[in-house]
Amino acid sequence: MEICKVFFHLSVSVILSPLQNYPLYIRSVPSQSELKFHYTVHTSLDVVEEKISTAGKAMAEQRELYLGLLYPTEDYKVYGYVTNSKVKFVIVVDSSNTSLRDNEIRSMFRKLHNSFTDVMCNPFYNPGDPIQSRAMFTMVSGLKSDKCGWLV
Amino acid sequence: PSVFIADMADEALFQFLHNEVIQYVNSAESGETENGRCVSKLENMGFRVGQGLIERFTKDTARFKDELDIMKFICKDFWTCVFKKQIDNLRTNHQGIYVLQDNKFRLLTQLSTGKQYLEHAPKYLAFTCGLVRGGLSNLGVKSIVTAEVSVMPACKFQVMIQKM
Repeated sequence: MEICKVFFHLSVSVILSPLQNYPLYIRSVPSQSELKFHYTVHTSLDVVEEKISTAGKAMAEQRELYLGLLYPTEDYKVYGYVTNSKVKFVIVVDSSNTSLRDNEIRSMFRKLHNSFTDVMCNPFYNPGDPIQSRAMFTMVSGLKSDKCGWLV
Repeated sequence: PSVFIADMADEALFQFLHNEVIQYVNSAESGETENGRCVSKLENMGFRVGQGLIERFTKDTARFKDELDIMKFICKDFWTCVFKKQIDNLRTNHQGIYVLQDNKFRLLTQLSTGKQYLEHAPKYLAFTCGLVRGGLSNLGVKSIVTAEVSVMPACKFQVMIQKM
């Protein structure tokens, strides 16, 4: 599966491969900060794995991976989402962006998931390759501009 | 699930298209007396389709508890979405081998109701084997899927889970 990292305006989205956990799509708006997000996201993977493995007991919802503050350093909030196909999505948001509510994050994940499903169904896409879909790019830009409104 | 059924092309359309694909792949391999390459091409096609399909089908479902849960999903929801019916019988030895029995496999019903054309059956099952393997693969389950027919249109798909 793919890891899609989309870095928004002060936030980062990442989609991670189910097996090897490598990123398939990375985009950062302030592109110079992309590198430091890699570290943040990879550390968050441990928490993601932990959550998945303990979810076996109750029929946990597939999107119940809102990790909230994974770790309070670097003033980022990291949210996670794992599909049934073991694709992991991670969104990193700047903590100063406190106006972002839980359901907004959920809807961002929903859009990411929908776009990802479309990419999967695209015959020109080979699973495991980096995502180069323009539709994905446009959707992600859309998410970013939604958030821009909140950053005022 | 009803949303997916509405989205799926008409059942007959899929069957006809499937048969044409088999004819096409078969004729592309003309000169080869064995079915081997034809079958593996079809299986690989099914694999890629299965990957995409399962991504769509599991978009809104709850997380699967375990391997058996996944197999049940394949037998019920997945089979229903693709073939408009469920698998009739699922057996397992609880050690990674599952046998899915379809007593009236949709892609075989037009061929015969007995032993006629039995030797051609593998070609007609290859795509579906790939479909299951692709679907399972994207759910994190590596497997080998084979199929056998003794009396049409009933057939059995055997899924062997591979430990990663």
